[in-house]
Amino acid sequence: MGQPGTDTNPLRVAIIGAGPSGFYVAEHLLNQQGLVVEIDMLDRLPTPYGLVRGGVAPDHQKIKAVTATYDKIAAHSGFHFYGYVEFGKDLTLHDLREMYHQIVYTTGAQTDQHLGIPGEDLHGSWPATAFVAWYNGHPDFCDYQFDFSHERVAVVGVGNVAVDVARILCRTPEELATTDIADYALEALRHSRIKEVHMLGRRGPAQAVFTNPELKELGELAGAEVSVLPEEVALDDLSRIALEKSQDRATYRKLELLQKYAAQKATTKPRQLIIRFLVSPVELLGNADGQVAAVRLVKNVLYATEAGTLRPSPTDQFETLPVGLVFRSVGYRGVPLPGVPFDERWDVILSKCVNCGRKQG
Amino acid sequence: MNIQTILATKGAHVITIRPEQAIREALVLFIRHNIGALVVLDDAGQLIGLLAERDIIRAAPMNEAIFSQPVSAVMTRDIITAVPQDDLMSVANTMTEMRIRHLPVVDRGRLVGIVSIGDVVKAQRDHYHGEVDTLQTQLLAGDI
Repeated sequence: MGQPGTDTNPLRVAIIGAGPSGFYVAEHLLNQQGLVVEIDMLDRLPTPYGLVRGGVAPDHQKIKAVTATYDKIAAHSGFHFYGYVEFGKDLTLHDLREMYHQIVYTTGAQTDQHLGIPGEDLHGSWPATAFVAWYNGHPDFCDYQFDFSHERVAVVGVGNVAVDVARILCRTPEELATTDIADYALEALRHSRIKEVHMLGRRGPAQAVFTNPELKELGELAGAEVSVLPEEVALDDLSRIALEKSQDRATYRKLELLQKYAAQKATTKPRQLIIRFLVSPVELLGNADGQVAAVRLVKNVLYATEAGTLRPSPTDQFETLPVGLVFRSVGYRGVPLPGVPFDERWDVILSKCVNCGRKQG
Repeated sequence: MNIQTILATKGAHVITIRPEQAIREALVLFIRHNIGALVVLDDAGQLIGLLAERDIIRAAPMNEAIFSQPVSAVMTRDIITAVPQDDLMSVANTMTEMRIRHLPVVDRGRLVGIVSIGDVVKAQRDHYHGEVDTLQTQLLAGDI
């Protein structure tokens, strides 16, 4: 038998996971000149689009329009989608190996990185992924109960997911009602008593990974004022030198926005969104019921690694921030699949471990 | 993107050599694995240097007996290393400015991988492609 990829012997590919990565892999394969390919895309859920459905914020509808691109890919005659099929349960690696030439795992980074600090598992400390999936109506998370009766909340992390979480917590019910948010989530957030949302970044403002449109949007919330401590947004020498060298316009713009927020006068908006820099949680403190009551923070300073990256280093200055709810958003990791080699160190499936027939080059 | 992301894609396997091995053996490893540098580890597995193609080329014109000399005679001892948390951009800048082609990656004193300038260029290329794709998709989505 010759090489698969012909009319009589099409290359049969299984893609596990119907999120954006899966669709882009399918598109790439279907666009190969002279390759006849048949793709079966499987997903544990009955619906496709993965993170676009379960991860993109409900008030960012425009981004979800990307599914039109996926629909075009799915319309190809060599493409089939099978929903409600769980890898490892309904089908095993053994089954798939019998039926396909290639298996592609596009199951994403489904869970969060741990902070690795005491108290992380107290009640009221949640992975941001759980909250995001909940407000987006993901079937695995719709029964979750978040307690919004607390006045103060900490969101650990300054990436775009942390921004999404903070923004949804700060939106007024009127704003949320115009979005794609799950009805039960809107109802629960309607009764929220949250007054302060504290976003916590361990490095400085120049290293924050949120993007400028997301940061700008925080300044346009109807019911929440964004603020930054002037001393935390002042540029340290190392960051200034790095910025002068890179001349990165996006970073300059980010600093401008943050400095504007720092200079803003307090208004009468009912909620405060406070963006903090150079602080790391070192412990979550609980009350007698095992419920989060506060987060203990250490103040950081920056140092440069040999390769030039600015990293946080803890000082001996601590502060305690009383909070009743914590969302952890400090990076994500993959989850092992039954029978598929998984690299625990990097929390990924290493491509070269899996059956791709090439020696390390 | 950080160095850990690059290692997660390419794997953590590093081809190493001992300081007492001969340059000829190093050349065999370069050819066999199609690589341009070897990490030099001592008996305790500690990183003590890097042997790059360039180290050998630099020494060869003055030294007819180079092939039988030990790796330790030619290797670079004072090397810069990366940590898994290093940003791709800082590493790209450092490697470009200092003209370094290989950076061993060390995590809490342990060698966990190596990043070549080729890996960095590929990661940057993929990053920019991704950014262009995202922007194009957003523009097209706006038209729908």
